[in-house]
Amino acid sequence: MELGLWQVWEGGWISAILRGAAITIALGMASMAFGAVIGVGCGLIKWARIFPLTLAVDFYTSVVRGVPELLIIYLLFFSSVEFVARVAAAFGYEGLAGNGYAFTIAVVAIAAISGAYSTEVVRGALAAIPSGHIEAARALGIPGRRIFRRIIAPQMLRIAVPGMNNVWQTTIKDTALVSVVGLQELMRAAFVGAGSTRHPFIFYFIAALVYLAITLVSQGGFDWIERILRPRTRK
Amino acid sequence: MDFELVFLAVPTLAKGLWLTAILTITSVAIGFNLGLALAVMRLSKNRAMSSFAKSYSTVFRGTPLLVQLFLFYYGLGQLSFVRDNPVLWWVVGDGAHCAVMALALNTAAYTSEILRGGLMSIPAGLVEAAQACGMSQLLRFRRITFPLAIRQALPAYGNELVLVVKGTSLASTITVLEITGHAKRLMSQTYAILEIFAIAGVLYLLINLLLITLVRLLEARLTRYLPR
Repeated sequence: MELGLWQVWEGGWISAILRGAAITIALGMASMAFGAVIGVGCGLIKWARIFPLTLAVDFYTSVVRGVPELLIIYLLFFSSVEFVARVAAAFGYEGLAGNGYAFTIAVVAIAAISGAYSTEVVRGALAAIPSGHIEAARALGIPGRRIFRRIIAPQMLRIAVPGMNNVWQTTIKDTALVSVVGLQELMRAAFVGAGSTRHPFIFYFIAALVYLAITLVSQGGFDWIERILRPRTRK
Repeated sequence: MDFELVFLAVPTLAKGLWLTAILTITSVAIGFNLGLALAVMRLSKNRAMSSFAKSYSTVFRGTPLLVQLFLFYYGLGQLSFVRDNPVLWWVVGDGAHCAVMALALNTAAYTSEILRGGLMSIPAGLVEAAQACGMSQLLRFRRITFPLAIRQALPAYGNELVLVVKGTSLASTITVLEITGHAKRLMSQTYAILEIFAIAGVLYLLINLLLITLVRLLEARLTRYLPR
């Protein structure tokens, strides 16, 4: 058969693709988690305009959101390869560039990208909280930290969920870019399979279906979270 | 910073800048029209049309651009009927043509969502008034619906343009030497990774700044009736 469905089955590529999908999801979740931490920190700085830090955050978000993700990934991989090789050579290891190292750098790269977008989402969510709420809390004499915990954080969380959904969707799609530097995730598994069986169409088609499944399932998950967080109102 | 390196890198990357600009302009020109057609289809009463537009946008927005690019370039290039058809082969056989196709189809999906929002924001009364004046459907679209929808959608569309510029960098993975392609090559030749990244990054930031400024100017022009 021209498409090579049989080769995909025979060569055990299905399990390779599923293993790749697991790495893609793990990479996406780890980067999203770190990105959210960066986003909350930088978003708070941007919202409160803490003077010297806000300039650094502005620089970070405008560079990362204005420069292609691929270029950022090249920067982090190529500059770290040299560094890691030197460290490894100093300790007497040769050819260290294994999958664990690639995964770490991939998390750093994708988290940096996803963090920049999360920053904007968090800043927007903070700006959407009516200032009257915070003023009222101050007037009641509630201390600053508790204002954050009881008034700002819960509202911010609820408003930020749809934006975070978008960030997650882009993050999971950005993980595909890491394949160009050799991490064995979903796209890389498809690439290797396509190369060794010479049936690229079916492999990339399967990869597209798996990505689609991941995004559709997580869309459902986010819809569910949004429903839970929606404030209860009287009918 | 090494000046010799800058003299080597800047002209090379500027060559790539040209290709990046062409890729962006062509794919936006095709993608905008496709996206407009998809947005109109999505809002049409015809079930088949609107569900086609919906699934198109789900598929193209739910998969990475890189997968789409590889599926078109390597996947379609494998099929014999594509190879035998001269028109299809002209599109798929060349890296730059294929990148334009993938980018255009991809941005069409996002554009259709943006324009759909714009089209839905138009008050029904305006359309009814135009109908009452006896305007034909086409005239109504050209004079009432489209100008108002584009005004509403313009800020979001500006963001999409930036995403297209960033998307052109993926063309470097299918042998097209635009800015990122040249940058990668220079990085592996000179090992001056941070410097090359900085120069290429500045070029991208300049393009995006230019695009954002143009969109802002157009927006100011379209909303010139508003008090300032």
